[in-house]
Amino acid sequence: MWKWLHPYANPEATYHLTDRIIPWFSYLTIILLVIGLTWALLFAPADYQQGDSFRIFYIHVPTATLSMGIYVGMAIAALCSIVWQFKLADASAASLAPIGAVFTFISLVTGAAWGKPMWGTWWIWDARLTSQLILLFLFLGVMALHNAFEDKALAGKAAGILTLVGIINIPIIKYSVEWWNTLHQGATVSKMGKPSMTMDMLWPFIFCYMGFIFLIVVITCIRFRNEILSRNSMRPWVKELALSKGGK
Amino acid sequence: MQFDSINAFLSMGGYGFYVWLSYGITTLALLLLILLSKQKHKQTLQHIAQRYNRELKRKEAAALQTSALASNTENTLSTVASEKCKSEHDKSVK
Amino acid sequence: MTKNIQHFNNLSYRSAFMLVLKRDLTIAFRHKDDVLNPLLFFIIVITLFPLGVGPEMETLSRIAPGIIWVAALLATLLSLDRLFKSDYNDGSLEQMLLSPHPIFVLVLAKITAHWLLTGLPLIFIAPLLAVLLNFNEQGYSALMLTLSLGTPVLSLLGAIGVALTVGIKKGGVLLSLLILPLYIPVLIFATSAIDTAAMNLPYTGQLAIIAALFFSSLILSPFAVSSALKVSIN
Repeated sequence: MWKWLHPYANPEATYHLTDRIIPWFSYLTIILLVIGLTWALLFAPADYQQGDSFRIFYIHVPTATLSMGIYVGMAIAALCSIVWQFKLADASAASLAPIGAVFTFISLVTGAAWGKPMWGTWWIWDARLTSQLILLFLFLGVMALHNAFEDKALAGKAAGILTLVGIINIPIIKYSVEWWNTLHQGATVSKMGKPSMTMDMLWPFIFCYMGFIFLIVVITCIRFRNEILSRNSMRPWVKELALSKGGK
Repeated sequence: MQFDSINAFLSMGGYGFYVWLSYGITTLALLLLILLSKQKHKQTLQHIAQRYNRELKRKEAAALQTSALASNTENTLSTVASEKCKSEHDKSVK
Repeated sequence: MTKNIQHFNNLSYRSAFMLVLKRDLTIAFRHKDDVLNPLLFFIIVITLFPLGVGPEMETLSRIAPGIIWVAALLATLLSLDRLFKSDYNDGSLEQMLLSPHPIFVLVLAKITAHWLLTGLPLIFIAPLLAVLLNFNEQGYSALMLTLSLGTPVLSLLGAIGVALTVGIKKGGVLLSLLILPLYIPVLIFATSAIDTAAMNLPYTGQLAIIAALFFSSLILSPFAVSSALKVSIN
């Protein structure tokens, strides 16, 4: 079933695959994000209770959900690296960590900016915000571990162990609004059943969400290429590439 | 359009500061991430190219040295050989 | 001679555990300041807080559970360094990893020794220091229970962080960044339990969660520690 993936265990094949992916997905990202954010800012209706500050929702919720998604992706990569010894999985985990940190940071800041007018406070130590902050520290810890080891293979394994230990945080974040009485509101968009949002708010949300997903793919591909290059810098194909592109 | 004028758009029903703070920081953070990642790509390629060129230069210098050494030894050997010939010739002449 | 070697190769898990435990305890007693320093740090930090926050009794009694637990956290963080560092430096850690006994047992023994030397004294001193902070009378039992259940968790989770950083120079700075996110749940539930007890309400819920954290880390953390050690020693 996975036979079609086997050629991509070769770093050179994957590098050239990203060469083809990045342009297409960049166009897709730009289109989706421009449509989504313009719709969110200009055309979506203001919320009945929250007014125009609801427009922050279109950034806050996608980035928050995707920050958890990035962590899960990183954990799966770590698992593949530790259990099946995929060398490229190390590289992809290393490339995902900074992106996850930025997305977690954005979700915390937009959440604070939304919370101040709505609930009167920039920050509160409830379960969801605290566990999201822990997620940020976990991402920073993984980045720090990757940079602390000289040998990239060791760094990947160490960071992988930390990622897998910290995976327990994800269900805590997800179910924190159900398990505890928090200031944070419950889920507005659920995948099963009807979302509790009207369609003219749902559409810009979907566009923004998909736009952010493809943005993550593009940035991950860019960073993934960096990792492949630095880990394979002795190979002849890398030398050729560097001489043709970098030796200016 | 939900807004009647640019001013209404900027003030966002009173929540302008918070909305624009969020959108602004988001744009800034994402732009920084993208630009830094791309810059690192260029930098990595440049470093690899530089390192390769340095190694090439070192190899060439080493090759030059060994060839100079080899030609020197050749010269010394040939001079020794020719002197030996000469001395034998002299001896035979004497 | 061969019989002796065979005897050592057939050590049961319990004897291997006790052997490593006794070894660690003996070493610690020869370097008493390694054990006393974190304890003194704990005492000093708790003493500093009333000086910084002001001696007002009501304020102190409200933040006392948090102060004691954060000080316990920081003291444990300080003491974790000696868990693997000296063994790594003289090569005995590598020998332990190469031994035929499962690393789970040996690691668990080291962590137990660490807890006996760090956590246990903390548990005994904490109520005395709580008096300094005008601790609420009804909170004392909750304090003892949360510390007894929580300090092993601190040792177990901290061991993961130390195992990851033992091979890195200046790993100590990185250690706090790695471990403190893992410590936060214990801290939150412990202080919540003590606050609830101070209000004379039942706190068995929070205790149950700390106990769950204890048992799950008891089972899972030695595995993580042994993989991390294998990475650090490669």
